[in-house]
Amino acid sequence: MKPASIQATVGSRDYSVKERSEQPSSVAAIVHSWITTVDHKRLGIMYLMFAMLFLGIGGVEAMLIRLQLAKPDSHLVGPETFNRLFTLHGTTMIFLAAMPFVFGFGNFLIPLMIGARDLAFPRLNAFGFWLTVFGGLLLYYSLIGGEGMAGAGSAPDVGWFAYSPLTARAFSKGHSTDYWILGVMVGGFGSIATAINLITSILCLRCPGMTLMKMPLLAWLYLVVSGMVLLAIGPLTAAQIMLLLDRYLGSHFFDVQAGGSAVLWMHFFWIFGHPEVYVLVLPAFAFASEIIPVFSRKAIFGYPAMVAATVAIGFVGLSVWAHHMFAVGMSAISNTFFAISTMMVAVPTGIKIFNWIGTMWGGRIRYATPMLFSLAFLIQFLIAGLTGIMLSAAPFDWQLTDSYFVVAHFHYVIVGAIVFMIFAAVYYWYPKATGRMLDERLGRWHFILFLVGFHLTFDTMHLPGVLGMPRRIYAYGAERGWGTLNLICTVGAVVQGAATLIFVLNVVRSLRTGVIAGNDPWDAWTLEWSTSSPPPEYNFSTVPKVKSRRPLWDLKHPDDPDSHYE
Amino acid sequence: MNPKIMGEASGPASRRCWWFANSGIRRLLWTIALLCGRSAHASNVLEKGGSTSIFAPASPPAHLIAGLAHFVLLVAGGIFAVVAGLIIYAAIRFRHRPGDDDSWEPAQVYGSESVELAWTIVPVVIVTILALTTARVIQEIQNPSRPANALDVQVIGHQFWWEIRYPKYGIVTANELHVPVGELSDRQPTFLDLRSADVVHSFWVPRLAGKTDLVPGHPNVMWIEPEKAGLYLGQCAEYCGTQHSLMLIRVYADSPKDFVRWVEEQKAGLAESSNVAAGRHVFESYACINCHNVAGTAGSGHFGPDLTHLMSRATLGAGAVPNTYSNLRAWIKDPGQFKPGVLMPAMNLGEGEIDSLVAYLSTLK
Repeated sequence: MKPASIQATVGSRDYSVKERSEQPSSVAAIVHSWITTVDHKRLGIMYLMFAMLFLGIGGVEAMLIRLQLAKPDSHLVGPETFNRLFTLHGTTMIFLAAMPFVFGFGNFLIPLMIGARDLAFPRLNAFGFWLTVFGGLLLYYSLIGGEGMAGAGSAPDVGWFAYSPLTARAFSKGHSTDYWILGVMVGGFGSIATAINLITSILCLRCPGMTLMKMPLLAWLYLVVSGMVLLAIGPLTAAQIMLLLDRYLGSHFFDVQAGGSAVLWMHFFWIFGHPEVYVLVLPAFAFASEIIPVFSRKAIFGYPAMVAATVAIGFVGLSVWAHHMFAVGMSAISNTFFAISTMMVAVPTGIKIFNWIGTMWGGRIRYATPMLFSLAFLIQFLIAGLTGIMLSAAPFDWQLTDSYFVVAHFHYVIVGAIVFMIFAAVYYWYPKATGRMLDERLGRWHFILFLVGFHLTFDTMHLPGVLGMPRRIYAYGAERGWGTLNLICTVGAVVQGAATLIFVLNVVRSLRTGVIAGNDPWDAWTLEWSTSSPPPEYNFSTVPKVKSRRPLWDLKHPDDPDSHYE
Repeated sequence: MNPKIMGEASGPASRRCWWFANSGIRRLLWTIALLCGRSAHASNVLEKGGSTSIFAPASPPAHLIAGLAHFVLLVAGGIFAVVAGLIIYAAIRFRHRPGDDDSWEPAQVYGSESVELAWTIVPVVIVTILALTTARVIQEIQNPSRPANALDVQVIGHQFWWEIRYPKYGIVTANELHVPVGELSDRQPTFLDLRSADVVHSFWVPRLAGKTDLVPGHPNVMWIEPEKAGLYLGQCAEYCGTQHSLMLIRVYADSPKDFVRWVEEQKAGLAESSNVAAGRHVFESYACINCHNVAGTAGSGHFGPDLTHLMSRATLGAGAVPNTYSNLRAWIKDPGQFKPGVLMPAMNLGEGEIDSLVAYLSTLK
């Protein structure tokens, strides 16, 4: 069926000519229109650009860390600088790159995919975004403003999980830790605002006919993600407020000498910290669950099981936090409980991987760039899950935790799964957001280089951990035998950096030179592809009505619609 | 005494864990895991403590963990082979080929209850096996039986060094832990009472046991029982501030005879020598005594390592540099040159004062 008839039926028209005539002319007017916008698509794009910026900054920090560790007894940077680098790298990548990526895609895609004209609370949406920006500025302001009276350093140096009592004023003088607290806390408020917005929109703004079980899987995953954000950010914010009270108003929540508890902070942090991992990885699942079916030319395999697995991961994911604390000295009973609850996550996660394979099975798989990244994601996420099983066996974890093995493991999750799927998602939805395709040739170079760099760095990185190298050390002696392995990791990091530059070049260049995409360049099935690229401000001129999970499939195959089978 | 756990460590054959006592797979995994490590280790490393690989266990907890690790690795390897095989097969077999007729879509399959049930149940079974195995090893390591002659040692983490106390012998030392090797007939595990004087640290000597944190206000216990005499290296594994990197621990496993000798040496008083009275005077009249203890002198501080038997130790600054005359001299002048961020300040002593001070410290054997 031709695109024109799809639009006529689903309800959108091409407004690009009219849109163009309304574009503000001067640069100031354009900037003003973006700053004051409450349009979910523009906010989504701004989230993504913000995330790209901080991915770059966090990437530079990672590169400096890798250069320092490339050889034994290195003196490129001193311990003070190194500690700040890894603190900023972790905080930046989680709170200022990964989270904004998650919310950026959620913002842009959710209304389009559920057939709504915007999120439920557009102004709250803008508020959430600008809070995140303000949080980022606060954190990085510490570089110039954090020195404080005690002259104790600039950027925070307490590690991204800021274990107490290292954050007490006795050990963390000056204001760098305060900037860490406030920056993360303010960004957290923004995350809560956006999570409320996404939940409300998904529950209340779905177009006629779209029951919960007819939503695209992406919407389901974002529903669970947003619920986890609501439950997880609160404890972190509470703990940070307690820490501020400790630091400035003489309370003793974490002050051991006055009867406080260092372990309390760990529990608070990881009650946030572990759900946070799922907050980041479930969107990666969401992108995979949209991209793999389209490029395999098949409906997602086992949709109800995928939904059930998502919800199960959400619930079980809330009860595994103390597996970050096996070495803290919990009772054998606690350790056993958290080991088993952690292993249980493997079951719903396994269901997801099998269902993606089931989707590919019998399909006709087109290897455009989004699918290449998705395929790599599948294998890498499998490996990350298996090293996760190793870490869940508490005694094995006593050897592996806080070593480079665990660093390799969570980078396998965050880079190997999440970043790969973020790249896939950008290649997949960039045409919808901009109206132009990303360049395939550059995309393939990006993919190959990033893949090679990733495996050089993070496959290798497991080994120094097994050989006894703890994380967060700025230098190590040549006689420890970790030099060669670390050098390989660093080489891989440089390759990944180069690949990312190709990606940025592609994104920027394709804005002008990319092939015009049209409404539906991938021959896809969800509602966002029924409207123009880029979509008009109101998304759909008439609200679409759907009968199945794949409304565009139904339109393209009126003789054999999904609605007959669901 | 728990016969299982204690029995396991009592003979070379039974030290192997029960899963793969003699299987070829175990040896294969072992070899793979060690190859990279071995190749990366120069032979001269061995003199300085050698490998810190978790797959070169030399103490019952480390053996139990390595056994569990091999089992988990085997299971994970099996899962990887099957699932990655399926992914790669599907990716190649069902690829779009040039010349495919694109006017039709592949058959749409929405799911299959039987297949989905199968790939739910199989992981549940695997997880159950792993969970039971893990629970057992947790019990064996965390709740060991304790022979009457077990040695108790207190290990206290400081920024950035280890204080080590033997309450039974009244010995206080730093950064070097001496423990007896268990004899076949007379097993003597060492139980470490782990505490922290400031922030969170973690005690990790990979060949002897997994790591356990030293958390202020939250005492922990772990146990080790080296099977062979020798030096085992480890270091702090929880980020504890600026010099987290240079917080190394050396564990010396001594034969029972050597251990007794070491205890006697540490307990022995210092032979006073009038030759170094000037150095002792420097020590006692400057800020040294605020942080350092030397038995029988005015120095009774506890912020820094006890120096009573300083010369019995191999390194300065928790592994920062070898404990030699020239290093000691340079250390006192400016410890930051070896260990930036160390809490000991540069002492700004005159050259003559340093000479006599180092001469004095050199007698603290």
